[in-house]
Amino acid sequence: MTSSFPIDRIRADFPILSRTIHGKPLVYLDNGATSQKPRAVIDAVSRFFSEENSNIHRGVHYLSMQATDAYDRARERIAEAIGVAAAREVVFVRGATEAVNLVAHGLAERFQPGDEILLTVMEHHANLVPWQILAQKRGVILRHAPLTPEGEIDMEAFAALCGPKTRLAAFTHVSNALGTVNPVVKMTRLAKQCGALVLIDGAQAVPHFPLRIAELGCDFYLFSGHKVFGPDGIGVLWGKWDELKSLPPYQSGGDMIERVHLTHSTFREPPERFEAGTPHISGAIGLAAAFDYLEGVGWEAMHAFEQELLAYATERVGNLGGIRIIGQAREKVGVLSFTLATAHPHDIGTILDTEGVAIRAGHHCAQPLMEFLGLPGTARASFAFYNTREEVDRLVQALEKVKRYFD
Amino acid sequence: MDDLSDLYQDIILGHNKRPHHYGELNPHTHEAEGYNPLCGDRLCIQVREKDGSLEAAGFTGEGCAISKASASIMTDAVKGLDREGVAKKIGEVLELLTGREEPVVDLMEQGDIAALAGVRKFPPRVKCATLAWHTLAAALSEEPRSVSTE
Repeated sequence: MTSSFPIDRIRADFPILSRTIHGKPLVYLDNGATSQKPRAVIDAVSRFFSEENSNIHRGVHYLSMQATDAYDRARERIAEAIGVAAAREVVFVRGATEAVNLVAHGLAERFQPGDEILLTVMEHHANLVPWQILAQKRGVILRHAPLTPEGEIDMEAFAALCGPKTRLAAFTHVSNALGTVNPVVKMTRLAKQCGALVLIDGAQAVPHFPLRIAELGCDFYLFSGHKVFGPDGIGVLWGKWDELKSLPPYQSGGDMIERVHLTHSTFREPPERFEAGTPHISGAIGLAAAFDYLEGVGWEAMHAFEQELLAYATERVGNLGGIRIIGQAREKVGVLSFTLATAHPHDIGTILDTEGVAIRAGHHCAQPLMEFLGLPGTARASFAFYNTREEVDRLVQALEKVKRYFD
Repeated sequence: MDDLSDLYQDIILGHNKRPHHYGELNPHTHEAEGYNPLCGDRLCIQVREKDGSLEAAGFTGEGCAISKASASIMTDAVKGLDREGVAKKIGEVLELLTGREEPVVDLMEQGDIAALAGVRKFPPRVKCATLAWHTLAAALSEEPRSVSTE
């Protein structure tokens, strides 16, 4: 294990990690569902409410100007952190789900019957259902790239599914259920060769490794703040300027208008066009604070630490009898999905909980993937850079307890 | 016994490992599908009614130990009951699982059903235990339909 990584100091930055569950120290391995928040994020949000709270883009008074400044600075800070040139390309949304819906809504009118949208079978419901609704409305055909037995995208099949009718390819950067890191640059290139727009769901990627989104070649990239150690209810949709500008408003009302008449209105440019009403100001500030914090820890060191932890967990859990690891891609983030021959994932989850070990059990909002794999669900331990080898050992001990009940 | 041993009693684990009446019931007179969309548990309950009482009950589907054991226990418990008896039994079990009052379980009267009481201490798992019973109620209703425990 990377000895230079100051794990004790980092854990001390996350207040919740010191609490107990059922009398035992919490082992939080459900980071794929949501991540814990460092003191820096909690303090940034609390400071905003204590010292700067006001509505933005409205008042001429001092506080409102301060809040507006803080909100605008958050957007600039996040743009810089995710590697995009212009803050105006960063739209604040509620989360990844809203971002996909915003794009699906905005693109809907462009589709003709018979057009195709290319997805993959590993998508989260958030990147499936909005396209299904669009497809039903517009007579669009949905195509789904299959996976290899290891849980990687079958790239030959993906390439073959890119065709002249492919108007959009929408795929995840990292599988939430398997941990697979997809070759998104290559996938983007293939889709672009067919003239398709490309949307990438980065909800499970952004928390795990440094990103330069503008270098991926895609048109849209999106993620949720709460999975990247920031507050919930805030997320980011990044879009290439020309693409964002071509989208109609998603919701309408205050703040997104230029001029309102009684019967018609004109709309502002992005990002304001897509941020109707009072936005989640404290959320944006908290998310910017999360990126500050992560840069302080160091993305490369975090990633290396987490990869070693994943290797250790894969070996320890994999060596338990009756365990099947689901998802053995060459490139993964810290996600370990597995099944146990004798126990259903929910039973595993309940027993682990009594040991203070929090994991996710079930279909992970990826029912088509589970169907593709022929599984009712899996148990999933998902790691962050604040998890430790000792916690992996606690997971293994808790799994041994499951086996004592069920084997 | 700690809470976990209350939940995974030998009776539950036994029914999970060797469920009673697992498989399609043919012929059957009523059936319904029960589904828990949050966790993906899915059960199909089939029963055969003859001369006003349930001659047999069976189930198929997949789910956790609790939902399987509960279905298995149910297929034993409702056999031979008339409509009124089935409705009463379903009511008792739902009260046992979800009632406000801590249940007083008569082991002699309830048999294996008593083993389901341990689920009460695990609120997220209560819906696993109720799924089979809600599904049976749906199967016997005027308009059988699929039910959902969410």
